[in-house]
Amino acid sequence: MPRFSAAMRDQADGLLWVSPWVIGFLAFMAVPAAMSAFYSFTDYALLEPPVWIGLDNYRAIASDKLFFLSLKNTLVYALGTVTLGTIVSLALALLLDQPLRGRDLVRAIVFLPTLVPIVAVSLGWMWIYNPNTGLINVTLRAVGVEHPPNWLGLPGLAMGSLIFMSLWMVGSAVVIYGAALRDVPVALREAAAIDGAGPVSRFWNVTLPMISPAVMFNVVMSIIWSLQVFAIPYIMTKGGPNNSTLVYSMYVFRSAFEYGRMGYASALAWLQLLVTLALTLGLLTLARRFVYYRAA
Amino acid sequence: MKHPPRQPVDAHGPHSPRRPPRLLLHGLLWSVAFIFLLPLVWMFTTSLMPEERSTSASLSPLPALIDDQGRPLSILEPRYYGALAEQAADNYSQVMQTPVADFRRYLRNSVIVAALSVSGMTISSAVAAYGFARIRWKGRDLLFTLVLATMMIPFTVVMAPQYLLFKHLDWIGTFRPLWIPAWFGGAFSIFLLRQFFLGIPRELDEAARIDGCGHFGIFCRIILPLSRPALTVVALLQFIWCWNEFVQPLIFLNHQDMYTAALGLQMFQSQHGGVPWTIVMAACVIIVLPIILVFLLAQRTLVQGIATQGLKE
Repeated sequence: MPRFSAAMRDQADGLLWVSPWVIGFLAFMAVPAAMSAFYSFTDYALLEPPVWIGLDNYRAIASDKLFFLSLKNTLVYALGTVTLGTIVSLALALLLDQPLRGRDLVRAIVFLPTLVPIVAVSLGWMWIYNPNTGLINVTLRAVGVEHPPNWLGLPGLAMGSLIFMSLWMVGSAVVIYGAALRDVPVALREAAAIDGAGPVSRFWNVTLPMISPAVMFNVVMSIIWSLQVFAIPYIMTKGGPNNSTLVYSMYVFRSAFEYGRMGYASALAWLQLLVTLALTLGLLTLARRFVYYRAA
Repeated sequence: MKHPPRQPVDAHGPHSPRRPPRLLLHGLLWSVAFIFLLPLVWMFTTSLMPEERSTSASLSPLPALIDDQGRPLSILEPRYYGALAEQAADNYSQVMQTPVADFRRYLRNSVIVAALSVSGMTISSAVAAYGFARIRWKGRDLLFTLVLATMMIPFTVVMAPQYLLFKHLDWIGTFRPLWIPAWFGGAFSIFLLRQFFLGIPRELDEAARIDGCGHFGIFCRIILPLSRPALTVVALLQFIWCWNEFVQPLIFLNHQDMYTAALGLQMFQSQHGGVPWTIVMAACVIIVLPIILVFLLAQRTLVQGIATQGLKE
């Protein structure tokens, strides 16, 4: 009987313990993703077997107006939610970092919306945005605005309304910034204050660099999430009006399950993965220059 | 979870010259609380209103109610609250008894899926996290990077082929696509548990090993009992995720009897035009309520779990 060294036994044990994840990853992610890559070169109408058509799907995408429109819409949504979301969540975290009575309660209140089911969030905001009886327009009429707009019903406004409402769900970023702010050494801020730095200068030159890893983490996560946005526009606007909120994932979903074009949808999905990866890696490269990691 | 010692809260020092006035900060703080609570409060108060509220504009958080003789009731009268409770009970029973959607069944479906998915996610993520945290083996850190990287893969990329896979397995229209994948662990849960396991002193493993424990013994007798808080966070987050999930039930379920609460709610609103908003909001409150309960019971644990995310290097 061969004797196994301790290192070899550890190797076998390690692989054994992580094997559930490896099997799940292969079965539900790697293999489907590989299949998806294969289907992207086929014409696949679900009921018939896929037919190899080479790059035809990608060629069709290059002249597909809805592809460009949904890509643009998604990038607008991502840009809006990530920039405004970062500003709002940083501001809230700074406010909650002040020694104020009741801030733990307020932090919990700000965090709460992130847990609400997305369907309830969407329906609740549809009611708030309702042109005739919604909270916003009734308030606007009460203060003298005679014809408040139909927030979700105008092509120029619908996407902005979805971005605005995403600010209600910045709670987890606020919590992460809060934890990072607590870790900023008091001595540093005090030293800067003694050197005559005002609150604004202290924020830009001390606080922000110290919490930059958290900023990076939140920005990357919210870019990934916003590029995948689906449920909110699917429920609230169905991509309308006039396709102004047709986001990329919704176009993939429609191509696959409404038009039954699995091959085309797979090609779209792979492009989405590549765009997500490119943006994330680009940001991480930038991060090397702007993010300050303290030596642990 | 390991916490750095808390620093004194007043970072500005007592004599800092340019501090914003406290009154202003308090005003800001409570305005923030008001704004963030408003949508949920609005949802709740709408759910108490008579049906006419759906089509008439009003800012009043409480409905105008009348008594049996048609006389308007003042909100100072105790009878007003009796009428309000009646109105609310009427709305909520309309949701539970509507002929077009079986919310009792949807809620039960959600509970079944959540129970299966939460137990699977917690157990299997703990097992995988043990392999990543407590055993040294070649390729471990590389594979862990892969675990983290999978968080970046959009669901849409695997959506179509997963659908085909589940169709092939005859799982479409059953709960299986919604919970079986959870039994293979999830990237975020594994990450969270691994970080926690790394903080447990290795001397405990050694002591157990001397007493004759293998990895399984160490896992069951040392790691799991010491990791209750982290396991709770994973279970709670998975429950919330599962309860809230909309896209997967939308794709993988095809029969109304199998709908989860979230999907059933969306279908209820979208497929039966003209459901009054008061009733839709009552249905929303029913779906939100379990989440609020979880939140109230475990707010601190949850917030700490989320805060840990940012510690990723």
